[in-house]
Amino acid sequence: MDDKAARRERHWAQTRLLTIITLILWFVVGTLAPWYAKELNQFTFLGFRLGYYMLVQGSLIAFVLLIIIPNMIQDGIDNKYGSGER
Amino acid sequence: MASPAAKSGKFTDNLGKVYGLYTLGFLGFFALMAFAETQGMSARTIGICFLAFTIVIYALIGWLSRTMEVDAYYVAGREVPAFYNGMATAADWMSGASFVALAGGIYFGGYPYLGFVVGWTGGYVLVNSLMAPYLRKFGCYTVPDFIGTRYGGNLARFIAVVVLVVASFTYVTAQINATGTIASRALSIPFEVGVWFGLLGILLCSMLGGMRGVTWTQVAQYIVLIIAYIVPVLWMSNKQGFGFIPHFSYGEGAQHIAQLEAQYGLKKAAQAVPGLSVLTTPHFAPKGTFEDSWKFVTLAICMMAGTASLPHILMRYFTTPTVNSARKSVGWSLLFIFLLYFTAPVLATLTKLQLLDPALKTAIIGKPFAEVAKLAWIQNWEAVGMLKIVDQNKDGILQLNEFFMRPDIVVLATPEIAGLPYVISGLVAAGGMAAAMSTADGLLLAIANALSHDLYYKIISPRSDTATRLIVARVLLVIIGVAAALVASMKLTGILGAVAWAFDFACSGLFFPLVLGIWWKRANAAGAIAGMLGGFIAGSWYLYMVYNGLMAPWWGIDHIRFGIIGMPVSLVAMVVVSLMTPAPDAETQAMVDEVRDPTGPTILKADH
Repeated sequence: MDDKAARRERHWAQTRLLTIITLILWFVVGTLAPWYAKELNQFTFLGFRLGYYMLVQGSLIAFVLLIIIPNMIQDGIDNKYGSGER
Repeated sequence: MASPAAKSGKFTDNLGKVYGLYTLGFLGFFALMAFAETQGMSARTIGICFLAFTIVIYALIGWLSRTMEVDAYYVAGREVPAFYNGMATAADWMSGASFVALAGGIYFGGYPYLGFVVGWTGGYVLVNSLMAPYLRKFGCYTVPDFIGTRYGGNLARFIAVVVLVVASFTYVTAQINATGTIASRALSIPFEVGVWFGLLGILLCSMLGGMRGVTWTQVAQYIVLIIAYIVPVLWMSNKQGFGFIPHFSYGEGAQHIAQLEAQYGLKKAAQAVPGLSVLTTPHFAPKGTFEDSWKFVTLAICMMAGTASLPHILMRYFTTPTVNSARKSVGWSLLFIFLLYFTAPVLATLTKLQLLDPALKTAIIGKPFAEVAKLAWIQNWEAVGMLKIVDQNKDGILQLNEFFMRPDIVVLATPEIAGLPYVISGLVAAGGMAAAMSTADGLLLAIANALSHDLYYKIISPRSDTATRLIVARVLLVIIGVAAALVASMKLTGILGAVAWAFDFACSGLFFPLVLGIWWKRANAAGAIAGMLGGFIAGSWYLYMVYNGLMAPWWGIDHIRFGIIGMPVSLVAMVVVSLMTPAPDAETQAMVDEVRDPTGPTILKADH
């Protein structure tokens, strides 16, 4: 039982760390890119002004990645501490 | 009624085949209609055929999914694979507002409006990281079910039901409003009749099969809506020379618009037409001021937190087989949503070029007024009062500020604006209908399930049997649908205004109680009640004061972003009250530990 509790605690510590990192990146993409859209517009990307590009495509792609990649890492964490109950 | 369960087992094994055939069938129908148009079938008949064909299919799926089992009715038997749940969520999510109004909003709103695009996609990161896997592990039927079990006590459960009903009801009226708009235009019937027609279609999908029926119709509706959204854009793109897929090459078009705007001038109309807009906001020109950026970010945050708190979205993740598949399905959801959201700005850009760019045949700005007034699409939309051209400066030329349009109609009118065959308009009408119906279904079910499961079964009559519970659920579904249609037929606000409010209500009242229920063991019932009530009341009060002009908005926080007021109040109230009252008992704390562990059985058993 103690073993299970300890394993759960380590599992949760890593899950929490992953979540915090994901949310920091989410915050940067979701708020800083639009905040500085005018500044980013000085640059061009694929023929788009960068500030515009970020709001209509760039940040959306980043959000998809911010779900898929953390989920892959989370799968690793789950397997490492999996209880083998299933 | 055991046979539907056995049938559904087989059904989930053959999903690829079933929906593959369905997609081909739909494309075949589209080709048939295109052929019929060349043979002289009238626009009105095509519109009717599109709506009738798709709605009959949804109703058929709804009928095949009928059930008398609690688990199937509330959570589709928890057997929806991640990929299909992603599609169903995308349809559930993309409402009439996304389909009908978003591109129009971008068209007229420019930079400030893109806050919706960022907010309505970024929210899924929160759903994935903070909510979905844990709520799936919990095994609840509804969102108040989680609140009620985690915090204990009927009061917390009841308040969660109230917040859910207010947020979702605000939203569902907007959806039924959208179905009414589309049906009235496509079938040439009055709006008030269109609303009831839409409600009938919605109830056909959800009444017999509950969540199971809604799930499988939503997958079908996603397929229709995404085809309907993307086809006209690809078609326009080819005409304008942006290539087959314009998404990565329309950047120059966006810059060309800036030149055209300078050429025609973005001036206010000499004399405004009530309910309609002229283009006054540049396509994309952030001012870079603190105020502009602040408004964008506050809107985005409200929409993101609202996404992660709206019960009709969260409950979709209760239907997957495992915790792991719940997470996977969030990824699929956003990917399917992304397909539409990164197309909306393309649509806004290309449509604006169609109207403004003198190099294109379809341009009307700068053309002789009499010539434009003769165009069929101008006359059609003018006849229903959604568009108007007035030669206010009497120069005989249509100026940019003399072209009035309801922002809601940009998507629906685009095929006609771009001179595409009417079959495309029929397709778009079917897509808009699918989007509005699927969201309305999810919302109505969320409300009816909360009332039947949490209010009736858990609080009022815990001893009622399965049959009674499911009958109560269905009766409530019809009552709420009728109430929503009644409110919608009164046309209280534009499609998008009411939608933004739903997100603000949800994030004000539910975001922190849900998040902290999982992430903070110390959170207790008193804290959750304070958090829900505090946030919800503060937000509602602010909305009331600002919307009615009783108070000047603080720091530019207007009525569509009142969640920025509600959320901090909710957080502070919840933390302070939790810390002032005793910690939750050991059993509850152990439950939280259990929720965080992705393995093992759910906390709540099936048929609880």
